[in-house]
Formats: sequence, structure tokens, C-alpha cells
Amino acid sequence: MLNLSLKQLSQQLREKAFSSEELTRFFLDRIKKHNDRLNAFITINEEESLSMAKKADITIANGNQSLFTGIPIAQKDIFCAEGWRTTCGSKMLENFVAPYNATVIQNFNDAGAINLGKTNMDEFAMGSSNETSYFGAVKNPWNLEYVPGGSSGGSASAVAARLAPAATGTDTGGSIRQPASLCGFTGLKPTYGLVSRYGMIAFASSLDQAGPMAPSAEDCAMMLNVMASHDIKDSTSLPHPKEDYMTSLGDSIDGLRIGIPKEFFGEGLDSEVQKIIEDAILEYQKMGAEIVDISLPNSELAIPVYYVIAPAEASSNLSRYDGVRYGYRTKEYDDLMDMYFKTRQEGFGDEVKRRILIGTYVLSAGYYDAYYLKAQKIRQLISNDFAQAFQKCDVIMGPSAPSAAFKAGEKKEDPLAMYLQDIYTISTNLAGLPAMSIPAGFTKDLPVGLQLIGNYFSEGHLLNVAHQFQLSTEWHRKIPKEID
Amino acid sequence: MDWDIVIGIETHVQLKTQTKIFSGASTSYGNEANSQACLVSLAYPGVLPVLNHEAVNCAIKFGLAVNAKINEKSIFARKNYFYPDLPKGYQISQFELPIVGEGKLSIPIGDGYKDVRILRAHLEEDAGKSSHGVLQGKTGIDLNRAGTPLLEIVTEPDMSSAAEAVAYAKKLHDLVQWIGICDGNMQEGSFRCDVNVSVKKKGTTTLGTRREIKNLNSFKFIKQAIDYEVNWQIETIEDGGKIQQSTILFNPESGETKAMRSKEEANDYRYFPDPDLLPLAITEQHIRNIKQTLPELPGEMQDRFEKDLGLSSYDASELTNNKDVADYFLSLIGQGISAKLSANWILVNLFSKLNDADIDIKESPINYEQLANLIAKIEDQTISNNAAKKIFESLWVNPLGKVDALIDAMGLKQISNDSEISGLIDNVLNDNTVMIEEYKSGKEKAFNALVGQVMKASKGKANPSQVNEMLKKKLSS
Repeated sequence: MLNLSLKQLSQQLREKAFSSEELTRFFLDRIKKHNDRLNAFITINEEESLSMAKKADITIANGNQSLFTGIPIAQKDIFCAEGWRTTCGSKMLENFVAPYNATVIQNFNDAGAINLGKTNMDEFAMGSSNETSYFGAVKNPWNLEYVPGGSSGGSASAVAARLAPAATGTDTGGSIRQPASLCGFTGLKPTYGLVSRYGMIAFASSLDQAGPMAPSAEDCAMMLNVMASHDIKDSTSLPHPKEDYMTSLGDSIDGLRIGIPKEFFGEGLDSEVQKIIEDAILEYQKMGAEIVDISLPNSELAIPVYYVIAPAEASSNLSRYDGVRYGYRTKEYDDLMDMYFKTRQEGFGDEVKRRILIGTYVLSAGYYDAYYLKAQKIRQLISNDFAQAFQKCDVIMGPSAPSAAFKAGEKKEDPLAMYLQDIYTISTNLAGLPAMSIPAGFTKDLPVGLQLIGNYFSEGHLLNVAHQFQLSTEWHRKIPKEID
Repeated sequence: MDWDIVIGIETHVQLKTQTKIFSGASTSYGNEANSQACLVSLAYPGVLPVLNHEAVNCAIKFGLAVNAKINEKSIFARKNYFYPDLPKGYQISQFELPIVGEGKLSIPIGDGYKDVRILRAHLEEDAGKSSHGVLQGKTGIDLNRAGTPLLEIVTEPDMSSAAEAVAYAKKLHDLVQWIGICDGNMQEGSFRCDVNVSVKKKGTTTLGTRREIKNLNSFKFIKQAIDYEVNWQIETIEDGGKIQQSTILFNPESGETKAMRSKEEANDYRYFPDPDLLPLAITEQHIRNIKQTLPELPGEMQDRFEKDLGLSSYDASELTNNKDVADYFLSLIGQGISAKLSANWILVNLFSKLNDADIDIKESPINYEQLANLIAKIEDQTISNNAAKKIFESLWVNPLGKVDALIDAMGLKQISNDSEISGLIDNVLNDNTVMIEEYKSGKEKAFNALVGQVMKASKGKANPSQVNEMLKKKLSS
């Protein structure tokens, strides 16, 4: 069961090689065995997971199963799941039990999937190392002294260590792709608006997008089939017709035009990572792809723009955590103001407070035009860069992150160095484009990911480009030795 | 020294939709606290706003009714501040691009009219309510109202007296009910005004510093608050003081205004476009469709009443101030009653009783069918106008009374029978030969005295025009 793809799991469940209950128990046992070391899960609910599995087994026995029936999936703790504690990695929501399902969760439930547990994450998805979680840092299964990346670090660690066959993540500035790169598996951030944000706790609404995290591109395609849906409960969900992302997986990529942005290979990129990315691109050339040199001239502005827009939205999105209706409230207070101050002082961690302060500042009277409005204008320029590039190429490739995983604690006290982790991923969030990270090699026994960026709604194509690479390489099949 | 008063008004009009502006929760009033607080009203983690297009349609209707520009694209923005009855920590409103742009509303002033310019009208959500003192030592929060759709209508500072401000507020109050976007219930807070007041030396052009009187929910309070505030501002300046821009509250019990917070303490609302909502796009076609659903507007109806029904400008205007009055009038003439008689009876007799009883025409004990029955009896000369007034009084007290039965019971039937009237005249002439002589010698007064005698002999029931006519004939024969 450990190394089967989602498609194989589905097939074997259908053929009754094992039951969903056995499969779910298998992964729950793995979680029990390894979670103490990895800290990948915040909440597991064995009883509920097994009860879902038993129901799936009945569905299978009756022959009414769909592709996903009975398959356990780990869910990032940013998605509200009815009856499940949903913390978003924060003390603020330490005891919050969601009374409803996020659309993503509902879609998996409707497909018959099993909720295997809620995975650890940076607090309110703010972080690139999973060290800001109130529930403790997550470890990278390739080397427990290293970070798994963030903010979807729990999902990343779980998938890399095969504590789950697949997991969900969310990506606001790279939070699926960077951990996928650092933990050596496949992650996809879809086009903004493809996957509903309803029930996904907001960090930066105009950038947040949920996506699949799994060993292979084929797994991700199968996940995306469930996750993508037009949702009237999310006004920014786009009315894109339902697609089957599995069907394009056999297409030839002969003649594929790969754009290589020179800005992604400059200063700050680890030389060994660069070598791995160049080798991966060579591999594509062997498969018949052409290389096109492109430029994304405003790339260097992506981080400053992001660190105006994302905190601005976050400062407002996080105002609801005020201790009045749910979540954490300070124990003793003199009056309303005192209650607000203490609740938010005690309930939020440092990184969250830092971003609320930045966001509040850039939206303040007198600063709005110079920061927020200007950032929005540059955001448009960044989108335009991509639009121009896609006139010359079909897919853009480069590194997912500037280096392989770094040691825990190494950047914790240096937010600016931490923010540079997302230097190659952020611009696609600003533009709303789909992008992936796929395993492409190792440096010092740590995985390195190749980033693939596609045009709007080209997920099917992008997944196939990744799939073709995985047909001729084995990187995505590697499993960390430390975890057996 | 003489002073000019400058007044602008911002009105929060609660829109008459079934559900809230960004969720499916009910908007009905007066239910158990928090029984209408859905997950969106409670601002649970992860929930998102979905625009209720009924609220948008209400805003378009208003824009059309005040001849305003409806913006093709408008933006919802977040107004950020912390308050326990504001669950998200921000209010979704419109800031830079409102749905309704510049328009105007004509208000009656003295014998004429004045245009008040509308600067803008924008959609926003209401907050919940904090109740102090209900729970011991704690503040209660009721989020039933949170998310109720509001249209905030902002004027230019075009009013120059409390009377004009009240005339505007009344006209607006009538209009929003007329076009069916608001129930107009001021006690329940469906229509509340923030009034900006400043004074300046007569004839000067520079505006004085304004103070904003918040949340006035009756026309009486608007008048009292402005009167008090204007006097206070003039006295302050004349005593050498300066007006500080500030937000103030009116206390109906003391009749005084009092500062709530000054501008220095004002919140920085950190407005920015709400990333959860797409820009609101409205097509020409949609505006045309909404226009089709609008009733005839008061101004159009007034013109029609003057031109087609021959009513005076005053009567036509009075009848079209309020939708219920206009409806009553239209129902009355729908029963075949003449427009002039209908207008007179409503504006004179009915209005006087309604005013005395301090009730709306909707609550009138005499419905239009009863009144039509009554007026029909004047038109067919069964009773006189005076007799009809007596029956009207009786119906007011006993609305179920039958007009015919009352005429009989009260003996008010008019004598219109020629031979009966002829007999009455003959008797009077026989008894008043002196007057006949006086009349024939040219004294017109004598004729009126003779008419009076005939009417007296008939106990007031003879048809006066018939009496006139027949008496003239007999005297000249």
C-alpha cells in the first residue's frame, strides 16, 4: 500500500485486494508511528476516519464506488471540516471545531474519500519553513534537522514520508510548490479561481489558491478532478467548464516550447540547484522540446509587491479573530479595548503580528497610494510580462526555490531571508497563473524541485508535461530512508 | 449678525429584500437575538460574501427615480474598524466607485420647489446591535441585523433650514416607499438620517466647519436637532469660539446635541477594494429591464393628474407626495368618481380626520370603496355636500355602516322631485308677498332670502340648485 499511486489504490480497492478500512488503518498506523518525530499532523480522528472508511467499503461492496471512494487524503488544517477541529496552525483557533465543510472538503466527501487527518501548517499560512505553527515545527523526512518548507509543511512532510497517499495544500506565495520542492514530491497551484476558496481560512484572498500535493503528476491530476469546481459560494470562483485532467496525460510533448526566464537564474540561486534544473530541462529537450529564452523583467518586484498586497489583505481578513464570537479570548481584561489587545497579543504569533502591522501600515491614510495602489499597478505589469512570454512559449520552467531545504532555526530570526524562499513562486500568485513543482534531483541528499508555469487554465497540459518527465525519471519515486 | 445655515444629509435606507446583502439569512425584524445570524453574519473562519442581486436592483431603482447616473462598474470596499457588533472587523461598503452617481430630488418649499442635488448613493451592509444592560455587567451582541442591505444616500449641502431638511427627508422617505425599495419604518430603523450642519456669515461663500448629527430616526428629531445645533453653533461663534469638526448625538429627552468624538479621534478606516467580491458590472440592458419594473414616478404622475385630469398643480402635487395617498386617489377615481371631487374629499375631509387621529391613509377606517359610495350619492344628487359630511363623520366612527341606510336613518335624502319642490316654493311665495315685491323692484337680496326660506321649509333637504332654478322661473312668470 505504501508505494501505490492513487489510481492503483483505486483499482485495488475496487478489486477488493484490501478494504478502505485496512488502507485507512495502514496510514493511521504510520501516522501514529512517525508523527511524534515529524509533527506533520495537528489533529487525527481515528474513529471518524475509520467510520468514513467503513461507509466507503459498503459503497464499494454495492458497486457504487467512484475513482476516489475509500482513498484516505490528508487535509491541510486551513480547510474547515464539519466536526473537526480546524486550527489554521494558530492558538487563536486552538479549540475551534468547524461547524461546516469547506467546498474542497465537501468535494472529497462527495467523491467518497476518507479524511485522514488535519496537517500542520505555518500559522494562518504565513511562513516558508513551518516554524511559525503554534503546534510546533514540522520536520523534513529527508533529514529531520531540516525544514519541510511552508506553509503547507505538514502536508508536505506527510506525503514525502508516505503518512498519506496524498494531501491538500494551499498556495498564496509558494506554499504548495516550495514545500513540494523541499520534500521531493509533486505539487500544483491551479489557476486562481479554479478551486473554491469557500471554507478555506483566508490569508490573502486575491492570492490564496488550494491545490493537490502527491507523489506524482498523475496523482495530482486525479486530485484536481475532485478539487476543481465552480462554486457559487465563492464569488471569485470562475465558471470554467469541468475538465478531466487525466485524459491529457498521454499527449506527446514533441515540439513543446519551454520558456526559460533569465531572471530565474541570477544571483541567489544555489549553483547545485541550478545544475539540477538545467539537467531537467535537457531531459525535456531529449523528449523533443525546444528552448526559448524569455524575460520576465518585473520579476524582481514580485517580493516587494507581494509583501504589500498579502499583508494588506491579511490585516483585514484576520480582524475577525477578536475574541468576541469564537476562538481564543484572553482570560482577564478590564474593558473592551483591553480584551481586544490581550486576545490578539496572546492569540497570534510573531509572524502573523508582523504581517498585520505591515498590512495595517500600507492601507493607512496617506500611505495607501504609495504602497497598496502602486503595488496593484506593478501586479498588473507582472501579469503583462507573463502574457508576453506566453506568446513565445507553451510552458515556463525554472527552479521552485533558490535552494534545497535549510536547517531548522537557520532563517527563523531573519524574515527577509525567509521571504526570499518564495522568490520564484510569488509572481505566479500575483498573476493568478497555474504552476507546479516536480522532483528533479538531489543535492546533499535533499530533494530539489523543477517549477513549471502554464497559461491560465492550462492545468491539463501542465500536468501532462510533468507526467512525461515522470515517465522517464524516477525522482518522484524516491522515499526518505529515515522513514520506513 | 445674520447667518446662513448649510445642511447636507446622509440617509441610510434599509432595502426591502428577503435576505441579507451577502448571505441567505433572513432580514426580518424583531426576532429572537441571533436567530438570523448565519455563519456569514457571524464571520466564521473561511466563509465568503455572495452578493444579493435584489439589493443591487433596489439601488438601480433609486438611481432611476432621482435621474442619477448608474455606474457601469462599481466596487465593494472594506471599511476596517473594530467593534463587537461588527463581526468581520470590517464593513463591506462602497467607497471610490458607488453604484449610483449624481442625481437630484425636487422638494416642495413654500409655494414652489427646490432641487436638492444627490451626490451619490452606495450599497453597504448594516452592523449588528450591542445591547448594554440586558446582561448583568456584560454587553450583549445581536447579529440579526448584521448584513442587512442598506443604501446610503448622500446629498450636496443644499438645504438651508430645518424646514428644508425635513422636507427633503420626507420626500425621500416617500420616494423610497413609492418605488418599493424600503418599508419606511423609522421606528425599526429602516430609514435613518445623519445630518451635517454648519453656519456661515450671510452672503459669504466659504463654508463653516460642520458637525454631523448621527442617526436621527424621526422628522421631529431632525427639526429639533437642527434647530438646537444651529443656535449652538451661532452662539459659540458669536461668543468668540470655534466649531470643531465632530460627530454628535441628539438626545430627544433633553432636546440637546452632544459631541461623540472629534475628528482627531476619528478612525482611519483603511478602505480598500474587497478581494472577495468582483467589481459589480451593470449593463444598459439590465438598467432598461429594471426601468420596466418601476411604477410611474411621483413627478410623472403629478404631470398626468394636471394634464389629463385637470387638477390644480397644488392638488396634483399633494396627491403624489405619498404612494398610499396616490393609490387611494386612483382607486377612488377607478370607482367612477370625478377627479376633482375625489381630490377635494381626500385632501380636505379625509386628511383633516387623518391628521386629527395622527394616522396614515393606509390605516383610514373609511376605505376607498366606502368613500366612493358616499361621493357617488353627491354626484347623483341624492344628498348634498353638507349631508355627505355628516355621513362621513358617522362612517369614521362606524366604518361598517351602509351609506344608503345612513342616508335614510339620518333623513338626509335630498329633495329633487320637481313637484315637491314646486309645492314648497308655492307655500313660501304665498307667505312672503312683501319679499316678492322687493325682488321685483330690483333687490337681489330678497331672492336669496326666499331661497333660504324654501331650504328651511325643506329642513335643508331640497336640492339647492333646483330650488334656485325653479324659484327664478316662478318669479319671472
